[in-house]
Amino acid sequence: MKQTAVKKDGSRRTFNGNNMLLAITILLFVVMYTTGCIVYRDKGFPHLQTFLNLFITNAGLICVACGMTCVMLTGGIDISVGSLIAMDCMLLAFGMGIKGIPCIPMVLLVLAIGIVFGAVQGYLIGYLEIQPFIVTMAGLFFGRGMTAVICTDQISITQDMNQLFYSWANAKITLPAFLGYTNKKGKVIAPFIRPTVLIALAVVVVIFLVLKYTKFGRALYAVGGNPVSAAMMGLNVKKIKMQAYILSSFLCSIGAICYCLNTMSGSVQQARGFEIDAIASSVIGGTLLTGGVGNVIGSLFGCLINGTITQLVTTNGKLLSSWANIATAALLMAFIILQSIFAMVKNRNR
Amino acid sequence: MENNVLIEMRNIRKTFPGVVALDNAQLTLHRGEIHALMGENGAGKSTIIKCLTGVYERDAGEVYMDGVEGNIWNHSTMDAQNIGIATVYQEVNLCPNLSVAENLFIGRAPTGRFGAVDWKTMNRKAQKIMDDLDIQVDVTRNLENYSIAIQQMVAIARAVDMDCRVLILDEPTSSLDDKEVEKLFRLMRQLRDKGVGILFVTHFLEQVYEVCDRITVMRNGQFVGDYTVAELPRVKLVAAMLGKDFDDLAAIKQEGTGKEKGEVLVECKNMSHKGTIKPFDFVIRKGEVVGLTGLLGSGRSEMVRCIYGADRSQTGTETMGGKEVHIRQPLDAIKLGMGYLPDDRKAEGCIADLSVKENIMLALQARQGIFHRVSEAKQNEIADRYIKELSIKTPSRETPISQLSGGNQQKVILARWLATDPEFLILDEPTRGIDIGTKTEIQKKVIELAGKGMSVVFISSELEEMLRTCSRLYVMRDGANVGQITDENGPITQEEVMSAIAGGDSHEK
Repeated sequence: MKQTAVKKDGSRRTFNGNNMLLAITILLFVVMYTTGCIVYRDKGFPHLQTFLNLFITNAGLICVACGMTCVMLTGGIDISVGSLIAMDCMLLAFGMGIKGIPCIPMVLLVLAIGIVFGAVQGYLIGYLEIQPFIVTMAGLFFGRGMTAVICTDQISITQDMNQLFYSWANAKITLPAFLGYTNKKGKVIAPFIRPTVLIALAVVVVIFLVLKYTKFGRALYAVGGNPVSAAMMGLNVKKIKMQAYILSSFLCSIGAICYCLNTMSGSVQQARGFEIDAIASSVIGGTLLTGGVGNVIGSLFGCLINGTITQLVTTNGKLLSSWANIATAALLMAFIILQSIFAMVKNRNR
Repeated sequence: MENNVLIEMRNIRKTFPGVVALDNAQLTLHRGEIHALMGENGAGKSTIIKCLTGVYERDAGEVYMDGVEGNIWNHSTMDAQNIGIATVYQEVNLCPNLSVAENLFIGRAPTGRFGAVDWKTMNRKAQKIMDDLDIQVDVTRNLENYSIAIQQMVAIARAVDMDCRVLILDEPTSSLDDKEVEKLFRLMRQLRDKGVGILFVTHFLEQVYEVCDRITVMRNGQFVGDYTVAELPRVKLVAAMLGKDFDDLAAIKQEGTGKEKGEVLVECKNMSHKGTIKPFDFVIRKGEVVGLTGLLGSGRSEMVRCIYGADRSQTGTETMGGKEVHIRQPLDAIKLGMGYLPDDRKAEGCIADLSVKENIMLALQARQGIFHRVSEAKQNEIADRYIKELSIKTPSRETPISQLSGGNQQKVILARWLATDPEFLILDEPTRGIDIGTKTEIQKKVIELAGKGMSVVFISSELEEMLRTCSRLYVMRDGANVGQITDENGPITQEEVMSAIAGGDSHEK
């Protein structure tokens, strides 16, 4: 459609706050990253590899944030994801490391657990209409508790324990050398990514398509927009909500596998507060907590911003790592304020 | 069954705990007619519709529909939709965050390869539907960008496109202006000519006579009669609805307000709220009923919000009883003896999950402060007194207010303010969306209160009602107070007021 100032029906062209938010998110990321490149140019920040590392480190978060976005679109929330990751990682480490179970069955088991976990939560939220916050909080406690029940020790997965999993974790997908840089010894170092990056990007693409082009995806928006109307228009709101939580937990399990490939360990304290990072990434990416508005491209950039903040703080080296939290806090506030300003502008335009 | 009959409902009975909502109700809808369903609040109009659409399950009775075998029991709105019964409610039941096209097609979107939603086809089809109905919208834009009227028409378009044969419109016009209503009527006539049976619920008598073919009147959950429009003149319709000889509304005379004016109670000088209302002066005397008139959006509500402190005034002074007052928030106003009944009772007025009693007690308790709790016995006494005095129809004082009909909810909120025994009461559209009987009761009550010395500000979109109740009118236009009309030189006439609202210079200051 042509973007003319006055539409043919004479309705005023209103300020489209939602696209604006996405644009701001992307712009913010670019600005932050460019600033990093300028300020820390001698610390390797401008190298493509540093950028790729963002994806490598945050592959798990990206998957989880995609699931979170789907849930938040329905107006819900899923705070169980951090614990579910810990439980999945512990299960992987315990199964492969201690029990010597092969890699493939363990991965399938973890994915299946994600579906079951999500189905239980989704059933309670969708069909029994319990507050999502409460249900997933129970999930949070259960996951963390179960992690400790499986094993209280920290288990590292080494090469001897599982050759295949180890090789996945250390597989490098090398990009063409001209993208790389020459180090001090004159050797060209080609940039690389890990398989987890491909998984995460695939998740983003698939969820993007699902949200845009499937009936289920559109139903998520409808349910978040107005659940009563959605029901009246013939959507099965309960089922859709349940499916959203199944999707979230399933993507969380995929995220857990990425996370585990990254850390190669399982421990009770792992991924604590991960749910908060995922929610923050979604919100910074333009997803409204009230539901009905948001998309995964925004959430992807939300994750990258999250990662960039940490990266900036670590590269600096002198700052306390807690400054990353404060920066995130400031950003979140800024975005929430922006969202409500846009909402106000929208109301006034009407 | 007669050949032309589309829907026949007989001997419908529906009870709720403590209330018989429908008793032997009946309804017949023909093909290709616009059928008005009339009755006071609590007459059972909504209930019988909900029994038809499957929101409620009836206790007893038969429902037959042309082309459908046997007695129909709809268990959900989906069941009803599947046999071609669609409903458009007063509050639009669509998703504001989706595009117009999606709202038309959600749940049944056209799909292309791999089962993906085919946006192109969907937008094209949607545009065609809207063009055919002569509704000018860009279907790719979000629904929230359009007015309520357009949204309602989108809802109707959706129903029509789903091959509905019965279209139920539940008070679709209460939030529309005249032009929008006209558009809606044109659409309704188009559909009627295509053979759709339309059931139209409204409180506006004029609209019934403008657009409807037949009228079914209900009262107290019972069927009163089924008439053609021609055989039921207006006065008879009202009589049928009220169940008594029409106590001519005009007969309420301004008893209390005509007498000698009391002293000035509240005076505002040069008050304003940035962006909503330009500086205004306002005076009200004891025992006076003052009206604020003007078109919707002219600043009527904004002005009283400013006086009451719901919006803070940035300029000017306010005095009450001769002393200057500084009202920063509604609680200050309550403590000074003001009461404010807001115009949007769902959003600002009643607290749906609380009982009738608790809703009545709210303002009084707020004024007393939480440490001076009103005793249970006292609360019961107050609640019972106002339930009786205002004849609020409720099974008991403990019933959640959400279970009451609109008019009765309004009475509860009125009772809330009366309980604080205010000197100064602001009523913003107290009679909107409620039936004539309750309207009259509220108007009578207002005049009675003024007679006892209370000062009342009365806002209404219905000019007639204002003329009946108010002795002085402030005229609002475009966010400014542009003048006043008094009845000192004989009664105020409608023409006088309308020319003032429209901007006739005779009443300018």
